[in-house]
Amino acid sequence: MGEKIFSQEAIEFALNVAKTEIPLAIWETFYVTVLSTALAVVLGLPLGVLLVVGDKNGILPLPKWFMSLLNVVINLLRSIPFLILMIMVFPLSRLIVGTTVGTNALIVPLVIAAFPFIARLVEGSLREVNPNIIEAAQSMGATPFQIICKVMIPESVPSLISNLTIAITTILGYGAMSGIIGGGGLGKIAINYGYYRYKYLTMVVAVILLVIMVQIFQSIGTRIATKSDRRLKK
Amino acid sequence: MIEIKNLSKTFKTADGTVEALNNINLTIGDGEIYGIIGMSGAGKSTLVRCINMLERPTAGQVIIDGKDMASLSSKKLREERRSITMIFQQFNLLMQRNCLKNICFPMELSGMKKSEAKKRAMELLEIVGLPDKALAYPAQLSGGQQQRVAIARALATDPKVLLCDEATSALDPNTTHSILQLIKDINKKMGITVVVITHQMSVVEEICSSVAILDGGKVVEEGKVAEIFANPKSDAAKKLVYPGGEEETVKGNIGERVIRIVFNGSDNTETPLIARMAANEGIMANILAATTKTLGTHAFGTMFVGVPENQFEKAFSYLQSCEGISVEEVEDLG
Repeated sequence: MGEKIFSQEAIEFALNVAKTEIPLAIWETFYVTVLSTALAVVLGLPLGVLLVVGDKNGILPLPKWFMSLLNVVINLLRSIPFLILMIMVFPLSRLIVGTTVGTNALIVPLVIAAFPFIARLVEGSLREVNPNIIEAAQSMGATPFQIICKVMIPESVPSLISNLTIAITTILGYGAMSGIIGGGGLGKIAINYGYYRYKYLTMVVAVILLVIMVQIFQSIGTRIATKSDRRLKK
Repeated sequence: MIEIKNLSKTFKTADGTVEALNNINLTIGDGEIYGIIGMSGAGKSTLVRCINMLERPTAGQVIIDGKDMASLSSKKLREERRSITMIFQQFNLLMQRNCLKNICFPMELSGMKKSEAKKRAMELLEIVGLPDKALAYPAQLSGGQQQRVAIARALATDPKVLLCDEATSALDPNTTHSILQLIKDINKKMGITVVVITHQMSVVEEICSSVAILDGGKVVEEGKVAEIFANPKSDAAKKLVYPGGEEETVKGNIGERVIRIVFNGSDNTETPLIARMAANEGIMANILAATTKTLGTHAFGTMFVGVPENQFEKAFSYLQSCEGISVEEVEDLG
């Protein structure tokens, strides 16, 4: 099998794909990942904040039925396997983007899958904030909104960045999966050539590129998180 | 003036209700340094949190300068909290902000202009003795320095009351002393009323003028520090004044009767009382235990002396005739 993978023909084919399709695919993957993460943060961050402050011991307790509903919805969305979620949201993608195939159509299911995940990650980060510091802010007459914007979020920035890095790499993986239903990017190349046309070498190239992208996102994220943390003595 | 009237606080837990505070009545005068002392679990932290309504009392009132704190709307309460600031055992600085921005924080909350806030923060850093730490982050400072920054932050909004919740409990004795001196200084120069919560008698002795002793959610003793220190009446107060236990220290010898001498801030103690008694009256008193301290120019404290039975009456009447001390016989010490 090794001979087959590395045959002259396979190498030539892979090189050809690398030249003609891969640059665009890298861009598509990057663009879909970053844009989906950004949109998911826009939805997930406020929800994560709500999960923490709305708690019965939080700084802005919300009605119990509302919190239960919020938790159920988030858990529900998180429990649908992504492959199925992608198909389920076809009507919504068509409504918003006008199509169900291609790079842009993919953003809709990605955001829907990612925002509850991000809400949970944000919740985790915000719960790490020392409650004594929040109490101190209350003792100085801070409003709940000021506590959220000036204490909880700024104090958990390093943790938020770490968690965002986890989110972005997960979203990158989800995005690659969408090749199977007609999404774009490196995932599409891996599935189209590797799965449908047995061009394993081409698939491996696409996968290696995905791995490299994850590595880059992860190391940048870790570096920013560490750099931003003022609790570390320097 | 802070008036605490019939204040009670109960917590609901899984095992039923816990009575943290039970009918507390205290009056704290303007410009005073008032100590609230008690062992762990006595309710001190709950009490101080009831003063600024971080904890809502179950019953009773906290009235500060005529304002009933519990009746204020949340907006009014937030405004009021700017003039009743607080420092904590764990300092509770914002770890992701440098010192200057930490001190600016309360001014930011109240909507002060940035440039003005920064100027005031620099002045405050000067007052607490850390003008060169403006751009340092809390993690780079020692505990004592962090508490100084916290004090500067607490002073930023020109408060009339400063609540100190175990503010020196995480610090070593030297640092404790310097922080207490700083608080004393601030109290003197700015006339801020200070409420000090602590479990250390030494803290109360060093800076407080009055003290309330809290035990099991009740005020068991209250008054001038000197008086309570000299003559503790309640068990809780005795435990704090004599950490080793009173009885332990005053077992008299056979054939002796024990007299307790309480120094109430007399200058009398400058001439040695026991030596005088021996020289003038020929009474050989045996010092069994003494916890005396000089506060300012006056001496306070208690001394237990054993006196031979045949000289007891003479010794007792001699001591009674001395000024600035009170005496009583201690019986049944076993």
